[in-house]
Amino acid sequence: MKIFLSLITAFTLVSPLVAQADAVQPAADAAEKGLAIAKDRKQRDLGWGDSEAKMTMTLRNSQGEESVREMRLKSLEVVDDGDKGLTIFDEPRDVKGTAFLNFSHTGKPDEQWLYLPALKRVKRIASRNKSGPFMGSEFAYEDMSSFELEKYSFTYLREETLNGVVCHVIEQIPADEYSGYTKQIVWLDTEHLRAQQVEFYDRKKSLLKTLNFSGYKLYKDKFWRADVLTMVNHQNGKSTVLNTAELRFDTGLTDADFNDATLSRVR
Amino acid sequence: MKTLWLNTILRYPWILLLLLLVLAFGASFGGKNLYFRGDYKVFFSHDYGPLQDFEEMQRIFNKNDNISVLVVPQNGDVFTNENLTLLAELTEQAWQTPFSSRVDSVVNFQHTWSEDDDMIVEDLVQNPQDLTPAELQRIRNIAINEPNLNGGLVAADGRAAVVNITVQIPDTPNNTAEVIEVVDFVKGLTNELSSRYPQAAFYHTGVIPMNYSFATEGQKDMATLVPAMLGLIVLMLAVMLRSVLAMLATVLVLILTISVTMGLGGWLGFFLSTGTINVPIVVMTLAVADCVHLIASAQFAMREGRSRSEAIRFALDLNLMPVFITSATTAVGFLTLVLSESPVLADFGILSAIGVMVAFALSVTLLPVLLLLLPVRVKVSPEHHGGMEKFGGWVVRHQRTLLPVTALLMLIFGSLVTLNVVNDEATKYFAKGTDFRDSVDTQEAYLSGTQTIDWALYTGEAQGVNDPAFIAKTEAFAEWLRQQPEVDHVTTLSDTFKRLNKNMHGDDESYYRIPQDRELAAQYLLLYEMSLPYGLDLNNQLNVDKSSTRLTSTLKNLGSKEIVALEDRARAWFAENAAGVRLTAASPGLMFSHIGETNMDSMIISMIAALILISALLVVALRSLRLGAISLIPNLGPALVGFGIWGLISGEINLGLSIVASMTLGIIVDDTVHFLAKYKRARDDGKDAEAAVRYAFSSVGRALLITTVVLVAGFSMLAFSAFRLNSDMGLATALIIFIALLVDFFFLPAFLLRLDKNNQAHCNAEEQQKARQDVQQDPNPASILTGETL
Repeated sequence: MKIFLSLITAFTLVSPLVAQADAVQPAADAAEKGLAIAKDRKQRDLGWGDSEAKMTMTLRNSQGEESVREMRLKSLEVVDDGDKGLTIFDEPRDVKGTAFLNFSHTGKPDEQWLYLPALKRVKRIASRNKSGPFMGSEFAYEDMSSFELEKYSFTYLREETLNGVVCHVIEQIPADEYSGYTKQIVWLDTEHLRAQQVEFYDRKKSLLKTLNFSGYKLYKDKFWRADVLTMVNHQNGKSTVLNTAELRFDTGLTDADFNDATLSRVR
Repeated sequence: MKTLWLNTILRYPWILLLLLLVLAFGASFGGKNLYFRGDYKVFFSHDYGPLQDFEEMQRIFNKNDNISVLVVPQNGDVFTNENLTLLAELTEQAWQTPFSSRVDSVVNFQHTWSEDDDMIVEDLVQNPQDLTPAELQRIRNIAINEPNLNGGLVAADGRAAVVNITVQIPDTPNNTAEVIEVVDFVKGLTNELSSRYPQAAFYHTGVIPMNYSFATEGQKDMATLVPAMLGLIVLMLAVMLRSVLAMLATVLVLILTISVTMGLGGWLGFFLSTGTINVPIVVMTLAVADCVHLIASAQFAMREGRSRSEAIRFALDLNLMPVFITSATTAVGFLTLVLSESPVLADFGILSAIGVMVAFALSVTLLPVLLLLLPVRVKVSPEHHGGMEKFGGWVVRHQRTLLPVTALLMLIFGSLVTLNVVNDEATKYFAKGTDFRDSVDTQEAYLSGTQTIDWALYTGEAQGVNDPAFIAKTEAFAEWLRQQPEVDHVTTLSDTFKRLNKNMHGDDESYYRIPQDRELAAQYLLLYEMSLPYGLDLNNQLNVDKSSTRLTSTLKNLGSKEIVALEDRARAWFAENAAGVRLTAASPGLMFSHIGETNMDSMIISMIAALILISALLVVALRSLRLGAISLIPNLGPALVGFGIWGLISGEINLGLSIVASMTLGIIVDDTVHFLAKYKRARDDGKDAEAAVRYAFSSVGRALLITTVVLVAGFSMLAFSAFRLNSDMGLATALIIFIALLVDFFFLPAFLLRLDKNNQAHCNAEEQQKARQDVQQDPNPASILTGETL
């Protein structure tokens, strides 16, 4: 499959005429090609293991007001299911020490818990809603959960140069009926299949937000991670910038570090 | 100069006609630049304080322009399977509304409760068709006990519910098309639902339908009132002129006057709005008066046996100056409206002033050319006179009674002016019978008013909203608001904090209170925010760094006085009870409430400016300081009496009424000018005061009567506008113009007779002396304002 895909990629690169012909290809082919690229994208990112990072989230509104949130993010790759994530909030001060644990799943809804230090209790978030704003930002929780093939159906749209980078443009339709989106349009560079841009369309199929990735760095000679994620909401004029710092892999995290029963002990 | 112009018209009518038509079409072509703005913001200038406060709040929190759908089921209870299913469907489909960013209703209200260590956040109503009576009862109890819902999205007695759709329409100079798109979509939605759920009625309220009504009702006026006015004018002209061709010539002049005026407006960058939409009617009305004067003079001359060309020369010669002076005073009256605080009223003034001068220009060029080229015929017969002479004689005979009686009446009615108060109620700008007004009234009957005030509370500190002391202040403020008789509903974050605190303690009612420390409050809020679905977040109540929160209060449909009074009381309460927190208030209703007051101040200045400028023009035109001074009473009296009567009829001075005094001054001054000019001419010819009054009546009495009939009819036509600013303005203007005629017929002659009796000896000599001087200076002393008409 991978060879097949590389062939297609190479083919479309050298032959724009054929690429145009691609545009009128039957829907089934477009779906197959979209899925193939998505599989390749997932495939290329397999085996990263675990990571820890510091993150800064900067929120702005159209009045020019600004607010910063700081957090640490621990991630663990789970084979054959969605990844596990643990977010510990450091700023703002009022929520310092609050820990957010989430298990991404491929076949069933994700699970989430929140440890509230002021209450000294772990609360399970029993909500099917995953599309609300993450910490009041323009990111929804669902924008930040791990990329899984089962969460979408794919359609290959076209090849396009974005900011000087040749990209595959793929449409992703969320499978979850509680998703806040009707579709996402993803730009993946043809060279490394890294996300360059994502457009999010709301329930009435209007463009809601655009996410841009920049500052890609290569880790462990294999895994690309972007330093800066910028989300702009076109409807309310607000934006959020997510900066990653001190990203480290192979920090020795295990499944035991991602446990709702021990969530109250994370620091 | 005047002779040259007269000769040009008479000698080269075809060339002139061609030239005028080319110019007229060139000017009219500017009409392509005109566009219609239905946005209520046209009433406010960019730097208008309350508008800036409002827009700042919209940028800090999300915009909350909305369209609300009020659902009133016939069975009087929304908590049934069928009615909740209807509401659920409406809520779901409302997300498809163009530009919508959130939809709130009793169905998707995010109900929170706890179960062991789980925090459950879900739609209050799920699978409504399968709910058991017990479940329906549970939903009703939750809704009625939830302060965010009760009185806001659902009536306390369950008779009606609202689905509120928030839209984010891009900030472009003209978003009328988007507004229409939104309303058409939602109306389409409710029409479809109403065919499947005939047991419920649907109404649309909110800022977007208000804008929609400004656009559609304004355009309806344009489409119905203008043709109706033209029809009325054709009828009046046919009766008065007794000549189809003369009538056709007039109608052509009127149509060109309108198209040139609006075309020039287009070239100059004006736009149409509910404020400027009545310019055509006003201009048409005033243009008719010009044309009637000219045609009547020409017909008079033809009746006496003169040729058509002779008659036209006579009419022009006689009327040029009077028509110019009366047009100029009218234009000055309109121009003073540029001082208005509200841009559309200023636009209305400028466009009308342009129109009045265009009407003048065309009636002394195009009209004579048309009369010359058309085979207008008049039977040679002496003019029928007599009625006015008899009336003049009656006035002279009864002068001793008339003066005190009319003076007293003016004083009595004038003193009633104090009954008026400045009041603007945006929702009542639309007449009963319009969709918007009926919806607003229905919503008030079932649920709540539709006016709002948004209050932003700024702590000045990041995350400051989590401070229990601040939450307590917010709660106290919300409670205070709820106790005010003007307030129907308050949405506040403090209720959410209390509810979360209860949920976090196993739904124990005793914990329905503010969390005791700020970390707890912050963490509850974080948990809650993480659980909310798309579009139902708290970003409309919190700013990005959580340093401020927005409370929304829904008010009864109040006038501007009451809204401003509530705002003032709230600010006073806040200053006393919430020290250290900054408060701002904003809403469209608040903007309209403040514009009335600030605009009134500017309109009083405009009125004084109009009075000074017009009086100065009169002194020049009448060449008499004394007559100029005398004219003040008949010029000011009608507005005073008119507003006195208005105090009895309505007593509400809204934006439309605020311009009436300045505007009418320029119009009614015409009557006085004509009457005084004739009086002066007779006096200058050596007649005594009584004879001069008789002469004035016989020469201009009928003309004044006819132009007044035309003007009153024209402005009364505006009273049929569905838009109250226009209908009130038309009604009051018609009233004042009518009173002006009464004052000129009953008070002014008696007053002149009285004054000139006292100063007979002294003054006569002086005036005679002056008149002789005038004769020497001007070879044609009678030409300025002594046009003999009709």
